[in-house]
Amino acid sequence: MEAIKYTYTVPGDDFTAAGQASTDLKRKLKVMGVDPKSLRNINISLYEGEINLAIHAGGGEITVLVYPDRVEMYLDDNGPGIENIELALTEGYSGASDAVRSLGFGAGMGLPNMKKYADEFYIESEVGKGTHIKMIVYLQ
Amino acid sequence: MKIKDIAELLNAEILTPEISTETEVHTACGSDMMSDVLAYVKDQAVLVTGLNNPQVIRTADMMDMVCVVYVRGKKPDALSLELAVESNICVLTTKTPMFACCGILYENGLRGA
Repeated sequence: MEAIKYTYTVPGDDFTAAGQASTDLKRKLKVMGVDPKSLRNINISLYEGEINLAIHAGGGEITVLVYPDRVEMYLDDNGPGIENIELALTEGYSGASDAVRSLGFGAGMGLPNMKKYADEFYIESEVGKGTHIKMIVYLQ
Repeated sequence: MKIKDIAELLNAEILTPEISTETEVHTACGSDMMSDVLAYVKDQAVLVTGLNNPQVIRTADMMDMVCVVYVRGKKPDALSLELAVESNICVLTTKTPMFACCGILYENGLRGA
């Protein structure tokens, strides 16, 4: 079955705008009647990803595909990439600057949260080229 | 308790008069780290925070919270208030510090995770 597709561009230089895509998707999925638990998991995993795009990657693209039984989220950037993915997935490890921490993020929970709340989580990254993430949340 | 009770207990100013303060709440969390709120908070209805930027409201929205309390007299900017109203989140500000706010709310029946 063909999916409903949404695409968003996340700016890399406007922290206040980060979260717009997640807010918009939440409203759309709520109207579609997505169950609250799945919706919460989608919200958190996408919002964390969106914040990462804004603060670490210099911006990026989000593509969301909504199927009757699942929501697939793709986050793509051309940022600096992640040198050690395993380390980046460790709770509490953060490469964030003090400036980012002062904004309430950079506690080293971004990628771990995305992995925790998505039913499926895939990440590919190359230093100097960028990062590509795919997350799937199955609807109940 | 209701949101209006929180406002009274904390001697707080209500910054979103458009949003009902009659909503019943049972749980709260206090944090300046939005990453932690996203990671550890479960079904808390109230966020008590000293952080002041639009991501506070966006985080509360993602977590389906209904009330944000800014401590130490902090007042959110216009964008935050606009987002809060769009998300049906009641915003309060109090001069009471974070530790005291959490103590008062706990003493009066609100609980954490």
